[in-house]
Amino acid sequence: MRPLHEPMSAANPMDDEFEDIPGTYLFDKDRSRQGYHVNMFCMSLMKKENRDAFRADESAYLDRFPMTPEQKQAVLDRDWLEMIKLGANIYYTSKLGATDGKSFQYLAGAMSGLTQDEYRDMMIAGGRPIEGNRSKSEQK
Amino acid sequence: MARIVGGLATSHVPAIGVAVDQGLTQEPYWKPLFDGYVPAQQWLKETDPDVIILVYNDHATAFSLELIPTFAIGVADEFPPADEGWGPRQVPVVKGHSELAWHLSEYLILHEFDMTMVNKMYVDHGLTVPLSITCGTPDEWPCQVIPIAVNVVQYPPPTGKRCFDLGRSIRDAVESFEEDLKVVVYGTGGMSHQLHGERAGLLNPEWDKRFLDDLTADPDRLTRIPFLEYVRETGAEGIEMVMWLIMRGALPEHAKEVYRHYHIPASNTAAGLIILEPES
Repeated sequence: MRPLHEPMSAANPMDDEFEDIPGTYLFDKDRSRQGYHVNMFCMSLMKKENRDAFRADESAYLDRFPMTPEQKQAVLDRDWLEMIKLGANIYYTSKLGATDGKSFQYLAGAMSGLTQDEYRDMMIAGGRPIEGNRSKSEQK
Repeated sequence: MARIVGGLATSHVPAIGVAVDQGLTQEPYWKPLFDGYVPAQQWLKETDPDVIILVYNDHATAFSLELIPTFAIGVADEFPPADEGWGPRQVPVVKGHSELAWHLSEYLILHEFDMTMVNKMYVDHGLTVPLSITCGTPDEWPCQVIPIAVNVVQYPPPTGKRCFDLGRSIRDAVESFEEDLKVVVYGTGGMSHQLHGERAGLLNPEWDKRFLDDLTADPDRLTRIPFLEYVRETGAEGIEMVMWLIMRGALPEHAKEVYRHYHIPASNTAAGLIILEPES
């Protein structure tokens, strides 16, 4: 039997199994390393004086953090899905969302291509079904 | 001797806290969920514990990527509600039980669970929402609370088996504490939900129901669920359910279900609640 958690590496077949789950970005060691500064930027927004400084000049504030140009642009564009792809974690980007007055539902809708109302209606109707969403191969 | 008289598991969705704080619990969207919490509040009142050991996860509040403890235990006398970006929830300060918490820390570490002890810790919705769900809106929480924070944000979280075994050791630790205390253990988080990516909004009620059933019917199966299955079947954030297994491990092998409630949706999440008691 496979261990409950196998260490992950490029050579690990478990990587492929995770990659096969559609629309899901595992916050593993690679994403954590890649996204450390963008996540710590989000974390800084827990303080009011930082939120004020960010709102006053977003680009200048972002320059305080050694993020990549792509990460900065994703933040400026509020491209929530791109932030995740570039190593941000949802519990961190939600702090940027809170700064903007946006709820988890708004962010979830934005990442899955729905308006907040469409997303809310989907959830009331029972959520996104598991059938058809387990694996990329199943979706083809 | 202290003893564990019950276990309770519940989702800890932040929007549930918002609904409580803004007085929305009787609105059509929320009423069916909150109606199902009434019997749990009644159970807690009747059980009247001295201490709740509350297992939850911090959501980048007290901890961040700067410091990622796998298992952290709050040993202080009190834990203030955290400001999660929109001001702290206006709920009572959480009073700890420092003496029992230090006893747990010593016992657990000497039994090979290497806890991180925390004296200064703000507690976020992961801890305060389960208290709101089960206690309503009192001026003071009805008992002392020992927070145990589990990392489920950064891969890898602890395995379900490890969590279950930690629960067993918590039971032994409680039973080796001399003072006569009634203790209830909470496991929180879940159930199925995914908050990020194109697959956000995933729910899996069938999987959740089987998980609820097997907390009493076959907990051993639950300890063998691999991380991959949680992610694939319950959504990336459904992994929080490993924290329910700490609660389950803290109860004896034979436990009975005394109440359950399951409702879709609470914002992004399938909200579940279950209460277990030792089989007498």
